[in-house]
Amino acid sequence: MSTRLRRPGVLPGFGLTMGFTLLYLGLVVLLPLGCLAARAMALDWAGFVRTVTDPRVVASYRLTFGAALAAAGINALFGFVVAWVLVRYRFPGRAAVDALVDLPFALPTAVSGIALTALYAPNGLLGSRLAALGIKSAFSPLGVVIALTFIGLPFVVRTLQPALEELDPELEEAAASLGAGRVAVVARVLVPPLLPALLTGFSLAFARALGEYGSVIFIAGNLPMKTEITSLLIITKLEQFDYAGATALAVVMLAAALGLLVVVNGLQAWAARRYRGGGL
Amino acid sequence: MTRYAARLGEPRWLRAGLILVALAFLAAFLVLPLGVVFVEALRDGWRAYLASLTDPEARSAIRLTCLTAALVVPANAVFGLAAAWAVAKFSFRGKGVLVTLIDLPLAVSPVIAGLVMVLLFGRHGWLGPWLSAHHVKIIFAVPGIVAATAFVTFPFVARELIPLMEEQGTDEEQAALSLGASGWQTFRRVTLPNVRWALLYGLILTNARAMGEFGAVSVVSGHIRGRTDTLPLHVEILYNEYQFAAAFAAASLLSLLALVTLVLKAVVERRAARSRRESGALHPLLAKEGAEGGPLAPARVAEGAGPGTPRMSTHQSRDPRSGSGPGEAAD
Amino acid sequence: MARLTRTAGLMLLVAVAGCATRTPAPAPTPAATAPAPTAPVKLLNASYDPTRELYRDVNAAFAAKWQAEHGQSVTIEQSHGGSGKQARAVIDGLEADVVTLALAYDIDAIAKQSGLIDPGWQTRLPDRSAPYTSTIVFLVRKGNPKGIHDWGDLVEDGVQVITPNPKTSGGARWNYLAAWGYALKRELGGLSKLKDPAAALAVKAAEAKAAEFLEQLYRNVPVLDSGARGSTTTFVQRGLGDVLLAWENEAYLVLREAGGDQVELVAPPTSILAEPPVAVVDRVVDQKGTRAVARAYLQFLYSPEGQKLAAKHGYRPRHPEQAAPADVARFAKLKLFSLADLGLTWAEAQERHFADGGLFDRIYQPR
Repeated sequence: MSTRLRRPGVLPGFGLTMGFTLLYLGLVVLLPLGCLAARAMALDWAGFVRTVTDPRVVASYRLTFGAALAAAGINALFGFVVAWVLVRYRFPGRAAVDALVDLPFALPTAVSGIALTALYAPNGLLGSRLAALGIKSAFSPLGVVIALTFIGLPFVVRTLQPALEELDPELEEAAASLGAGRVAVVARVLVPPLLPALLTGFSLAFARALGEYGSVIFIAGNLPMKTEITSLLIITKLEQFDYAGATALAVVMLAAALGLLVVVNGLQAWAARRYRGGGL
Repeated sequence: MTRYAARLGEPRWLRAGLILVALAFLAAFLVLPLGVVFVEALRDGWRAYLASLTDPEARSAIRLTCLTAALVVPANAVFGLAAAWAVAKFSFRGKGVLVTLIDLPLAVSPVIAGLVMVLLFGRHGWLGPWLSAHHVKIIFAVPGIVAATAFVTFPFVARELIPLMEEQGTDEEQAALSLGASGWQTFRRVTLPNVRWALLYGLILTNARAMGEFGAVSVVSGHIRGRTDTLPLHVEILYNEYQFAAAFAAASLLSLLALVTLVLKAVVERRAARSRRESGALHPLLAKEGAEGGPLAPARVAEGAGPGTPRMSTHQSRDPRSGSGPGEAAD
Repeated sequence: MARLTRTAGLMLLVAVAGCATRTPAPAPTPAATAPAPTAPVKLLNASYDPTRELYRDVNAAFAAKWQAEHGQSVTIEQSHGGSGKQARAVIDGLEADVVTLALAYDIDAIAKQSGLIDPGWQTRLPDRSAPYTSTIVFLVRKGNPKGIHDWGDLVEDGVQVITPNPKTSGGARWNYLAAWGYALKRELGGLSKLKDPAAALAVKAAEAKAAEFLEQLYRNVPVLDSGARGSTTTFVQRGLGDVLLAWENEAYLVLREAGGDQVELVAPPTSILAEPPVAVVDRVVDQKGTRAVARAYLQFLYSPEGQKLAAKHGYRPRHPEQAAPADVARFAKLKLFSLADLGLTWAEAQERHFADGGLFDRIYQPR
C-alpha cells in the first residue's frame, strides 16, 4: 500500500482505520461479490450468453430499465416541482411535507408493496378510479412504474434541494432587471445550473429503481414477457435450482449497477467542473 | 429567500398551482399508501390490532428485527467511522475506487445480496462444506440475516461521514495534537463532536433500513416461524395467510418506525443547524477565527439531508469551493 | 503494520465468534433406542404454502401423542413458502427434519442435488409417500356470471383466469397438468391411448392440440403470481379475474375465510389427482439424531387421527373411512387422472413442460 499523507505523519490511526475499513469491506461486500464473480467465471460463455439474451430475460430488461427510466423521469419532473415548492415557497405544513419526502426511504419495501397494491388494485381507492377511466394500474407495467416512482422520489428531491438553495438570487434579479420574463429567467438562468443536480438525482433514482424488488413483486402481477422484472427472474431461476442462470442474471444487473455508479460519479465531476468553470 | 421570492417570484396563482401540484403528487404517492396501512390495520378494531401484535410469532419477529438492528448498526457505525477517518483525513492512491466500492451495496439489488450469501454460505457455497463440518450455521439462521442486512446497509454511515470529514479537513485535529492530545483523545474530543450529527443521521438511516430490509433477508431467512422471521417477513407471511388485518398491523408497526425515523431526522437537522450557530462556543479551545470546518460541518447535514444525497454531498465536498458555497450563502 | 495485522486478526475472530451460532453436537438418537428420553426435541417441517393450517393442527396433535407415549416433549417448527423455494432452501442448508411439499419433483430435486434424501424415498411410506391427496378445482365469482363449468370454458374470450406461475409454484404445475390432461382426454377420447404404441400418431396430434389449448388458456391469465397463495389473494382480495384455479383445500379455506357471499366453488367433471408427498431428510435427522421422531411424525399423518385432520382441512384422506363423514361428504365426485395416467414422470413433466425452453416457455414467446 503506497500511502502519501497530506501532511506526513501528523494524524495517527491511518493504518488501523484503513486496515479495519479494508477488512470489513472485504468481509461484508467484496467476499460475497467476489464469490458471485467467481461463480460467473465458471459458467461457460455460450451458456451465459444464451441465458442473458433469452427473450423472456430480454423482456424483463426492457421492463426493468424502461419502468426505471419512466419512474426516474416522472420523479425528475415532479421532484423538481416538489423541491422548488419546498425551497422557494412558505406555506403551512411545509416542514411536515419536507420531512415526509424521505418516507419511501424509511418505509420497508414490503410495506410499500402491500400498501401500494391495496391502493392501486382494481378494487382499491385509486385503482378503481383509474379503472373507471380505462387505465389499468396495478398488475400492469404502470404498476411497476408507480412502485418505482414511490421508491425513487426522495433521491431527486434531496439532490435538488441543496442545489436550489445554493442559487444566487442576485442572478435572477439581474436577469429580471435586464428585462427578461419569468419564463426566460427560469429557462436560461435557473435550469442550467440545476441541471447537474437534476441529472444526478435522476441517475440515483434510476439506479435505485433498477434493483428494487420488495415493493414491485406485490404490484407487478409478474407476467412473463410483460410485467416480470429482472430481480424476480433471478429469484425464479434460483427456485428452479438454476444457480448458474441466477448468477448470470445477477452479474448483468451488477454490471449495470456498477456502470451507473460510474455515470453518477462522472456527472458529479462534470458538475464540479461546471461550478469551478465560472459558468455562473 | 422569501424576501426575493416575494419580490421576484412567480405570480400568486402559479405559486398556489405549483404548491397544489406538489402536494397532490406527494399525497398520491406518500400519504395515501401510509394511510392505507393504518386503515387496513385497524379494520378489525383495536383489540384485534393489539392481539396480532402481541402474538408470540409477532413478538419473536419483533425481537429478531431488533436484534438484527442491534448487531448491524454498531458494526456499520464503527466501519463508517474508520472508513471516514481513513478516506477523509488522508490522501492515498485508489481512494476513488475505495469510495465507489463502499457505495456499491447501494446500487446492488437486495435479491443479489441474498443470492451472494447463498453462494457463499449455502451448503453448496464456498464456505458451506466447512461450516457444516464445524456445525456452524450461518444461512437460514440469525447470522445469515445479520450478514445480508449488514451488506444492504453497509454504506449509510460512511457516506454521511466521508463528505463532512473531508470538508472539515485536518486543521482542528492537528491543533489538538500539537497541544499534546493523544490520537484517541483527538478523535474523541475533536473529530467525534464535529461529526456527531452526521453520525447520528447515518445511524438513523442504517437502523431504518436494517429493520425494514425484505428482499435480501427473504432469500436467506428460511422462514422458520418464531425463529428466523423478521418483521417484514412476518408481514408477508400474514399477508399470505389471509390475515390481512394482522399483516397490516405488523406493517403499521414498521410504518410507525418509519415515521419516528422521519421525526428523529427532522430533530437532528434542527439540532445540527442550532449547533452550527453555536459552534463558536462548542470548542472554545479550538475555535479559530474564520474556521471553515467546524461551523460549516453541521450545516452540511442540514442541507445534505436525505438518503439520496450521500454521493451528491460528496461531490460538493470533494470540491472545496462548491462545498463551502451553501454554508456561506446560508449565513 | 504488525499492530494492524494483529488488530485485524482479532476483529476477524470477534466477527466470526459473534456471528456464528453453534448447533449442539449430535445428540444420541432418542426414542427408538433410548428407553426413556426426556430431553425436549425440536423438529423443523419445511412445507409449502397452503398447508399452514393443516400442520398447525397436526403438530399440536402429534406433540401431545408423542409426549403421552414417549414422555418426551417435541416442538415442531414450521417453515412455509412456495414448494420450489422450500426445496431450494433445504438444498442450500435449511436444516429441515422433514419436508412436506407440493410435488414429488421438488423432493427428487433435494435428493438429486444435495444427496440429503436417499433416492428411494418415495417407496419408504405407503401410497407413494403421499398421505393425503388433493385436486384442482375452480373458484368463480358468486352466481358464476361467466358460466364456467369445465376446463373448456377457460379459453373463452373475455374469461380471465388466475393461476400462479408454473415455473415457481408447485400448485401451478398441477393446474397446468390438469388442463393438459383435460385437453389430451378430449382429443383422444380417453387417456388409455397414451400408452398404446399404435396410437402414436393420434397422440402427437392430440398433444399439438393440447399445447394450443394451453396457449389459449394462458393468454387469458392477467396476473401470474409466483405462488398459489399470491394468486388467491389476487383473486379474492384484489377482485381480479373470473376464475381461480386452486387447490381443493385452498378453495375450502377461501370459502371459509372470505365467506361464501363473494365466491363459489365449481368442480370440473375431470381433474388431476395431486399427490403432495412427504419425506424424512435423511442426512439432517442422522446428524441431529431425530430420525425416530421424524419418522413417527410422518407416519402419524397416515394414522386415523392424521387422516381426520387432513380431511378437516380439505385434503382428501387416503382412508376416507377414518375421517369425519361430514368432511368427506363435501369432496365433489369427479374423475381424477394421475400423472402416471398422463404417461409422465415428474422428471419428464419438468423437462417437457416447465424447464427453460419447455412448452410453457414456448407458449409465452412473443408473437
